[in-house]
Amino acid sequence: MSRRRISTRTLLTAGLAISLVLAGVVSYYASAHPDGLEFVARTLGFESTSVESAVGDSPLADYAVRGVSNSRLASGLAGIVGIALVALLMTGLMRLLRRTPAGSGTGER
Amino acid sequence: MHVPDGFLDAPTSLATAGVAALGVGVALRGARRELSDAAAPLAGLVAVFVFAGQLLNFPVGAGTSGHLVGATLAAVLVGPFTATLCLTVVLLVQALAFADGGVSALGTNVTLMALVAVWAGYAVFRLARALLPRAVASVPVAAAIAAFVSVPVTALAFCGLYAVGGQAPIDLSTLVVTMLGWHTAIGLGEAAITFLTVGSVVAARPDLAYGARDLLTTPELEIRTAAWT
Repeated sequence: MSRRRISTRTLLTAGLAISLVLAGVVSYYASAHPDGLEFVARTLGFESTSVESAVGDSPLADYAVRGVSNSRLASGLAGIVGIALVALLMTGLMRLLRRTPAGSGTGER
Repeated sequence: MHVPDGFLDAPTSLATAGVAALGVGVALRGARRELSDAAAPLAGLVAVFVFAGQLLNFPVGAGTSGHLVGATLAAVLVGPFTATLCLTVVLLVQALAFADGGVSALGTNVTLMALVAVWAGYAVFRLARALLPRAVASVPVAAAIAAFVSVPVTALAFCGLYAVGGQAPIDLSTLVVTMLGWHTAIGLGEAAITFLTVGSVVAARPDLAYGARDLLTTPELEIRTAAWT
């Protein structure tokens, strides 16, 4: 081994910290312009065919926690809640996948 | 690139939901082979990072923005089957909790970003890796090239769906040209973020990155024949 490698734990912690800062703080400064598809839809005149999402009145709709008047806080909180939801679902899914053997020969050590 | 409800008609949305369900089903089986002890938590981190990255719209030209899709980044770091699952979870949370991307369009968005973007990105990554020198340093470069290509390819796939089930009579060639134009520009941002992210992980722990693992010359395990008689 030519050099010391950082531990898996350090890598995961650093990655999670970066993601939390991006979603909780930096996201507030993201461009508010329509994205590529929205812009094209607007230019070519088919944006009006879009309909409100069935969960359009979700308390987290459009990445802002409803009832929080400070927009910086509302979007930051939404980002952090989103990270928690994704992490929770992924952890559950990974547990499920790693528990069921599915005929693969690689058992747990 | 999140498709809202209403852009595509019901039969097309239903068809893409079927394709998405089939693709995710295959990915659930395939991911088991990709997930080692260390890869499972990394898959969680990749999904979280992709969610965070998709929040950060960067300006592209006049009045338009783009954001990371993260499909190639995920495929290179955790493998394409697991990447399909990561992107699906992100899209599910976005559609159901944040009303980002339609609910009836969820199948369309999974088909486009968790299947087309992931597998097109991974295919271009393997191709680029085969053409570049066999070195760990080639991995972020190949990932960036693949990320760049994956965005216009996904935009083209949307155009294909729109040609089949679009709700407005839009000239297909105009749609293709406009979509490809903007999404080629957005692809540059995708390439930059993918290069930096894959580069960081590969620099720190090349053994953890799915797309770099076969390049490590130092064997982690050694098989020795038993010495006793």
